[in-house]
Amino acid sequence: MEEREIILDIQNLRTRFNTHEGTAHAVNGISYQVHAGETLAIVGESGCGKSVSMLSVMRLLPMPPAQILADAIEFRGENLISFPASEMRRIRGNEIAMIFQDPMTSLNPVLTIKTQLIESMKLHLGLNDKEATDRAIELLTMVDIPDAAARINDYPHQFSGGMRQRVMIAIALSCDPVLLIADEPTTALDVTVQAQIVDLVNQLQDRLGMAMVWISHDLGVVAGIAERVIVMYAGFVVEDAPVDDLYADPRHPYTAALLRSLPSVDSNPDEDLEVIEGMPPELWNEPVGCPFAPRCSFARDKCYAENPPLEETTPQHKSACWIDIHTGEFR
Amino acid sequence: MTKEKVLIRVENLVKHFPITEGIVFQKQVGAVKAVDGLSFDIREKETLGLVGESGCGKSTTGRTILQMHRPTSGKVYYRDTELTALSNKELRGLRTDIQFIFQDPYASLNPRKTVNNIIAEPLKIHNIGTPEERQDRVRELLSLVGLNPAFVNRYPHEFSGGQRQRIGIARALALNPEFIVCDEPISALDVSVQAQVVNLLKKLQRELGLTYLFIAHDLSMVRHISDRIAVMYLGKLVELAGRDELHNNTLHPYTQALLSAAPTPNPAAERKRERVVLQGGVPSPVNPPSGCHFHTRCPIAEDICKVDEPVWREIENEHWVACHLR
Repeated sequence: MEEREIILDIQNLRTRFNTHEGTAHAVNGISYQVHAGETLAIVGESGCGKSVSMLSVMRLLPMPPAQILADAIEFRGENLISFPASEMRRIRGNEIAMIFQDPMTSLNPVLTIKTQLIESMKLHLGLNDKEATDRAIELLTMVDIPDAAARINDYPHQFSGGMRQRVMIAIALSCDPVLLIADEPTTALDVTVQAQIVDLVNQLQDRLGMAMVWISHDLGVVAGIAERVIVMYAGFVVEDAPVDDLYADPRHPYTAALLRSLPSVDSNPDEDLEVIEGMPPELWNEPVGCPFAPRCSFARDKCYAENPPLEETTPQHKSACWIDIHTGEFR
Repeated sequence: MTKEKVLIRVENLVKHFPITEGIVFQKQVGAVKAVDGLSFDIREKETLGLVGESGCGKSTTGRTILQMHRPTSGKVYYRDTELTALSNKELRGLRTDIQFIFQDPYASLNPRKTVNNIIAEPLKIHNIGTPEERQDRVRELLSLVGLNPAFVNRYPHEFSGGQRQRIGIARALALNPEFIVCDEPISALDVSVQAQVVNLLKKLQRELGLTYLFIAHDLSMVRHISDRIAVMYLGKLVELAGRDELHNNTLHPYTQALLSAAPTPNPAAERKRERVVLQGGVPSPVNPPSGCHFHTRCPIAEDICKVDEPVWREIENEHWVACHLR
């Protein structure tokens, strides 16, 4: 991969939620970079901190109960963590845009989609009503909504789920973002509609050249869309690798087990699927040792005592594990 | 495939939900045609997978087979008993043989009851055993589904999603059923937990000789668990075949699109793959398209498809399809 400019550099991000029942350690010191024009996927199971980490970057979590700490969150040379709320508002929806999982609840049902589309353009780009409306129609056409000029005055309920997600994408693209964060944008959709949206996003990215962070739990969708994949578990990044490397040669026992637990076209249906026994850990306690150790078949004493750092095993391929899973010995 | 005896026979099953207007004098102005004429068999000890997109009527089919919804027309036979002709009281006697596992392990367990009460409830309703015997049976069921029998006095919120689904399975097994409708039992679960539940369902099938109707929208998991797979679109079956036959010799264009839309965890294959991407979404079941319901999105539709409804027919041995062009 050629060297590309780093546009988002997250260093040691920690997010906690202080609740009545105690402190939930949702994100526990993660660091990664997003390069210009790249598609990065963050995968993991529910509760692993993949959404919370991006919401922390965007500062879209209610504080309190959330508490966001980081050494630095650098976005194109500016440290977002030091920004006051008003400065964040300048970035959000403008240079960094976000698409959410549920297109039913993230659009306002009592406003036409026109109002919702032109809002951010008027705010960030300083366009007047006429200019913003023209651009909105252009955007709707770009996301393949037929008869955009007429449909722009419709309300969200007049669109199907897939169409609503297209409207969400149009809103996200309205200010030409440098970075688009897509939080499980196809999870609520049917597979045939999911295929349409994945195709559309791929095309738009080729055309507009923005960087994208695609958050998902679906290793199948990620395989088709990402250049690089980050795997999260219990608030930690456990593996970070180019997509082909990750699927062909996973280095972390969790990633390897997750891939094996999926039925594939060649797997024998008469055999049992491989399972990861047990459950992800509770996040109430300050984590000690490797979070995956209790479910890991390679676990040694050291794994329970010390959390392995995320280190390069081969160039570009980072894993957080003491053990080399090919030999079963310490690295 | 050896021909097993037929356990459930569905004949021309129809379930329409009426849409009414008016508050005092209600009159019907239309109907949601959720299930619109299905015919198929489920054989002893097999798993029949039923797939389709949301709103295609697959859950309604499962519920109508068990008479949780009474069908608008059509018949359902369990062995030689016509379920559709039985009264609710007579049906209750048969509930020991036919059971249901729900999709949402959070909503389907009463949060104010202990695990013991939840699993023992079907035994109580059917007056089986003394309280002590029921207590023993609950413990036995818990260990059968891989939960610690010491958990009997806990409440559902103390369990994770996968464990709750196991409680739901234990409840369905309490009366020693023969046939279980599993309505998307793994959709609400995390990937690493899905495999645990699928393996459990397969183990129970081997040990107890169960028959499943397995409803899902995830084709790869359905292929893994099913012996035969039925594909549904807008209230109708479009294709039914053995699991390998359906994958290797796909006939209906909708099944082809569904298979090609399902992503696989293989980056190289994903990049090379030519997808059949369907246009638009599923039309409304209130007013489905004329002729073949799929013709509005079908990549190979011809004029006849807009007019005539295709016949559901066995085109090859054990391979059923409803399409004019095959």
